[in-house]
Amino acid sequence: MKKIWNKVTAMRKWVFILLTFALVQLLAQVGIINDYLQATIATICINIILAVSLNLITGFTGQFSLGHAGFMSIGAYSCAIVLLRLPTIGGFLLGLLLGAVLASLIGFLVGLPTLRLRGDYLAIATLGMSEIIRVVFINIKITNGAAGLSGIPRFTNWFFLYLFVVSTIVLISNFLKSSHGRACISIREDEIAAEAMGINTTRYKVMSFTMGAFFAGIAGGLYAAYFYYIDPGTFDFLKSIDVLVIVVLGGLGSISGSILAAILLALISVVLQDISELQMIVYSLILIIIMIFRPQGLMGSKELSFKMFRDLGKSLAFRKESE
Amino acid sequence: MKKTILLALTVMLIIALITGCTQSSSKSDKILIGVNYELSGETATYGQSSVEGIELAINKVNEAGGINGKLIELVKYDNESKSANATSLATRLMTQDKVLAVMGPATSGAFKATIPVANQNKVPVISGSATADDVTVNPDGSVQEYAFRICFSDSYQGTAMANYALNNLSKTKAVVIMDSSSDYGKGLAANFVNTFEANGGTIVAQEAYVSGDTDFNSILTKIRDLDFDVIFIPGYYNEAGLIIKQARDLGIDVPILGADGFDSPELVNLAGKDALNDIYFSNHYSSLDQDPVVQDFIKEFEKKYNKQPDAFNALGYDLAMFVVNGIERAESLTGEAVKKALESTTDFNGVTGSFSIDEFHNPVKAIVIIELKDGVQHSSERLSLD
Repeated sequence: MKKIWNKVTAMRKWVFILLTFALVQLLAQVGIINDYLQATIATICINIILAVSLNLITGFTGQFSLGHAGFMSIGAYSCAIVLLRLPTIGGFLLGLLLGAVLASLIGFLVGLPTLRLRGDYLAIATLGMSEIIRVVFINIKITNGAAGLSGIPRFTNWFFLYLFVVSTIVLISNFLKSSHGRACISIREDEIAAEAMGINTTRYKVMSFTMGAFFAGIAGGLYAAYFYYIDPGTFDFLKSIDVLVIVVLGGLGSISGSILAAILLALISVVLQDISELQMIVYSLILIIIMIFRPQGLMGSKELSFKMFRDLGKSLAFRKESE
Repeated sequence: MKKTILLALTVMLIIALITGCTQSSSKSDKILIGVNYELSGETATYGQSSVEGIELAINKVNEAGGINGKLIELVKYDNESKSANATSLATRLMTQDKVLAVMGPATSGAFKATIPVANQNKVPVISGSATADDVTVNPDGSVQEYAFRICFSDSYQGTAMANYALNNLSKTKAVVIMDSSSDYGKGLAANFVNTFEANGGTIVAQEAYVSGDTDFNSILTKIRDLDFDVIFIPGYYNEAGLIIKQARDLGIDVPILGADGFDSPELVNLAGKDALNDIYFSNHYSSLDQDPVVQDFIKEFEKKYNKQPDAFNALGYDLAMFVVNGIERAESLTGEAVKKALESTTDFNGVTGSFSIDEFHNPVKAIVIIELKDGVQHSSERLSLD
């Protein structure tokens, strides 16, 4: 009996995932989700991939990184350069893969020396790395310098966005449940204790850094193939801060928190666009208010789950009974 | 307590979301024009200045009765100087707000990011200040159907300054000191050098600096003993002001040429009044121009904003007037008809000069060359390239 129940529980996730996909696809087809909302959804999906992958580095492994925009730009430029020469689905997937692999390679090479640093020092080092990447893109020919690449064909659609969002979340949450993931979390909790237990901290730090860079590369590729135009200025350190804001707002160490925060922030900016001059002020105010009342982030380090809703339902029912 | 506040906030947010999404009203009696500009972020000064000009122009048109009895309403959004936002806001303006045309963004990159959206939705996008060379054409040389601009390109300025040095100032030996960290500087320098050499001039030396540099003495002492009679500085006022000051201090007193990057009140603060003699730079418009269109614009602008208009104000004003002119002449109120009308614009008389639109959706217009004497604009003349 319990086995069947477990099966249903496992299935439930996939049913939920497929239903969400079908619902959005349907609403887009009948026109309830118009082109503008689709662009917003694309932003949300790309931000989710960025935030979840940064959460792996910063939230779970505890390494404060400000270099995510750099990895993203590698993915974006690789995908754009391939797509401009080979504008097919094959080219798009090749570009995505190339970008992700290159980004993780750079992540690995940069991570090896810098991850021996801690806290603020690491933040500065990663910040420096992403600035170096940006300046390289300004000065080499294939990226067309500061003017950027324009006319990139659009291949990113809801199917690919959703596919990569779901894969990112599934892969990273499964990684965190594995012994490698537990090792990463132990580094966050207490690096010295982790080392004393025989965990090779540098190895796991580099591992999570490389993985995070890989997914940031994917997000960059999706970005380039959706927004037609990229330039080095798009990927300055403010972009890294944007991602960090989502992670901290959602809760360091909560994947569902990052997802919620990415959706919430995108919706807030959609609403605020109607008051163009005050937009940034209100946006910042909302951030400040949320951080005052939820300093641990929206979700803290908890995860949103079906069980949570069931428990919530139970406790509500219990409250009614006791009244 | 905390929970209640949080709950209240959430409820407020949801209400805001709902009201925000259902904000669709019938505005068939008005003509909607989108404004997609950099109102915050890195390049906000360009965006804000352009929008000031646009709003002045649209107010003026509305006070005069609008277009064929219909008033114009601007739908204004801030793209935060981010190209991705420019793309999605263009989509919002065209598919959700259903505007007839979109003005902006001000910078070339963000403007390029909106062009595919325009072509797809058949709504024209028009920029007042996207000066990069390839803005309105595809890589294969064909024109971007729904993209227009009303300013000249960077390379045009380089060519114009080379001709001005050779023909009007009769100088044949030039030194180029360029900003190698921006495409603007590189593009201007390349076109200046090509035109100058092709028409019989010689480039004595080419030096480079990067934006943010403050000490140019090593460059200047190196060129001081060379034989040259003019200096061209393709770059922005921040460094150009210091170069001019240091050059004059070293006794280099040949004429110095520049482009619209010189156009800022900061130039005088950096270089000092005494150094700013024999300086010539190209610009979109000059306040010295006695053309009544220009003088009226300056008067109206000063009345509304209590300050002197700059080039971006003038370009924004012209942009709005140009779009209004196109809509007036359009056969129907559709994006396609407006695009056709804009394409056939001839001899549009604006603050930044009178111009026609060529087959590549660029304006054919005269460039303004301004001479500085003791730090103030001394004279201006219009120079057309044929």
